[in-house]
Amino acid sequence: MEKLNRVQNPYQDDKIVDACSIFGAMDTSGKRFSGESIIRAIANMHARSNGLGGGFAVYGLYPHYADLYAFHIMYISPKGKKEVEAFLKDHFDTVRAEIVPTRATPAITNPPLVWRYFLEVGKHRLEDQSEDDYVVDQVMEINTKIRDCFVFSSGKNMAVFKGVGYPEEIANYFKLEEYEGYLWTAHGRFPTNTPGWWGGAHPFSLLDWTAVHNGEISSYGINRRYLEQFGYHCTMQTDTEVVVYAVDLLIRKHNLPIEIAAKILASPFWLDIERESPREQNLYRTLRQVYGSLLLNGPFTVIIAHQGELIGLTDRIRLRPLTVGVKGDRLYLSSEEASIRLICPDLDKAWIPVGGEPIIGRLKTSPQRIMVRRKVTADVDQENYSVP
Amino acid sequence: MAKRVNVDTPVKIDATGVSHRELNIKLREAVANGAQKIQLHNVHGQRYIGTDLNKPVEINIFGTPGNDLGAFMDGPQIIVHGNAQDGCGNTMNNGQIIVHGHAGDIIGMSARGGSIFVKEDIGYRAGIHMKEYEEKQPVIVVGGTAQDFLGEYMAGGILVLLGLNLCQGEHHKAKFVGTGTHGGVIYLRGSIEQYQLGKEVGTTELKGKDSQTLQKLVGKFATYFGYDAEKILNHKFIKLYPKYLRPYGRLYVY
Repeated sequence: MEKLNRVQNPYQDDKIVDACSIFGAMDTSGKRFSGESIIRAIANMHARSNGLGGGFAVYGLYPHYADLYAFHIMYISPKGKKEVEAFLKDHFDTVRAEIVPTRATPAITNPPLVWRYFLEVGKHRLEDQSEDDYVVDQVMEINTKIRDCFVFSSGKNMAVFKGVGYPEEIANYFKLEEYEGYLWTAHGRFPTNTPGWWGGAHPFSLLDWTAVHNGEISSYGINRRYLEQFGYHCTMQTDTEVVVYAVDLLIRKHNLPIEIAAKILASPFWLDIERESPREQNLYRTLRQVYGSLLLNGPFTVIIAHQGELIGLTDRIRLRPLTVGVKGDRLYLSSEEASIRLICPDLDKAWIPVGGEPIIGRLKTSPQRIMVRRKVTADVDQENYSVP
Repeated sequence: MAKRVNVDTPVKIDATGVSHRELNIKLREAVANGAQKIQLHNVHGQRYIGTDLNKPVEINIFGTPGNDLGAFMDGPQIIVHGNAQDGCGNTMNNGQIIVHGHAGDIIGMSARGGSIFVKEDIGYRAGIHMKEYEEKQPVIVVGGTAQDFLGEYMAGGILVLLGLNLCQGEHHKAKFVGTGTHGGVIYLRGSIEQYQLGKEVGTTELKGKDSQTLQKLVGKFATYFGYDAEKILNHKFIKLYPKYLRPYGRLYVY
């Protein structure tokens, strides 16, 4: 029989070869910039995703409501909206509620209704509970108990915009070129093990934590069961969700620095631990004993963000790509260097970090009204950069 | 049919906003029309540049070419004025890629011929499963150093790591070097510790034809990037070789 494919496509270039695309950019001086360049950068990696998920996280987004929790909620039915709004009325003081502006575009079909609510906890929380803990509980309550709705963004002065489509289509739909932030992350999805649906697009988020991810977290089951003990419930049907809850637990709740959290998520090999000083050996052994269930196994590159920090991390044997670029106050993280150079051709430097070593960008100064929990003075960590 | 081009003047192609498929169509057309020199400008991540070209055409790339640069290529010379991404020279059969910068992961993956010269560092798994057969012997020469799993499952070919950016006395950084290797050879300028090597790798001094091979390859490297070959060669090299031809022969045979 004739090989039809050979006749119809002699160059055999119709195979869809994808992987997720991830991108992050931060201005460490806190200067806000438009999403236009981020959209161009992630769109340049169009070939890595397949139109089944795109999304963005923006920090420094709502300076006028910087102290309020900005809930972004997807509704699949009017009943879901009614129930959630009744829930919010009982559990928060709502300062402002509005539909998230969108523009009609043929690429986006059958979108859910997306609303945002600027909320105050006020007197609703228990006395011995922090506001953040209270908010986490309510997000989990809504996402596990009320049907036809998903809280997919719940931090202060930031938001996630995501859905089913290529990232540039999602950006067009949500008019992201009109927004400004000092830190942006973006994702183009190629779903492998789970459905391409609106809640399953990246970034995943809780409070102001967000994560975009390329890879597969094969330890998802054990990570998920561990996190459930602390009240985190996975509802988005995708492995990446555990990364967000893990950093919330390790960094916000257990007060560990990100450098230590990175050694938990991407623990050094025993081979490397054995070569450390006795003090370091003790530290790494302890971390593996206490937090062994949060070790992320499998291939991954993640870009994690929260107020004031942008973090890039790959698995220990770097089975997924990450390139770093620096230009003045700007730090860029990307699956591919070409996307960084597209929007910033004259980088001061660009390098490919070693697997398992976090790349961290921090705000140099805390801009007014931006809450930063931890020290904000250190510059980009360049320990792993070797000067040619 | 497009007009035949004058072979002496380079064909210039602006890659701005051009997809990888369109760009390769333009390249094939230019080569079919007899072009001997091609310049690609404003390249931003287009993949598979030069794939399936089988003439000794010179392609100069300005910008950042995408993944799998020169994959399956059979004869052209590609010169990158910038950095290369992942999969550079994937399963290349013949030709040359010269990168005036760094390159990403898995360069020369499964290559079965041709040569790749990189001025600066390279990423993970360089030369993974490179192979050789009779006169076909792929070559990778790197000015900087490599990340982990250098020469993983290597089955043939030559890998040279010059470590020009390492400080005095600093070891190469790669770990798991040559894991699963069962053919080919790696030459390291500088030093590496035993624990950084895969179990299947042996180390030895240079002997026999090794110096000649290095002289030839380092000579080319120095010419392409403007170094003094003598200075580079006047330094200690070590040779890594596969200890077994079938390292997993006993593992999978019951």
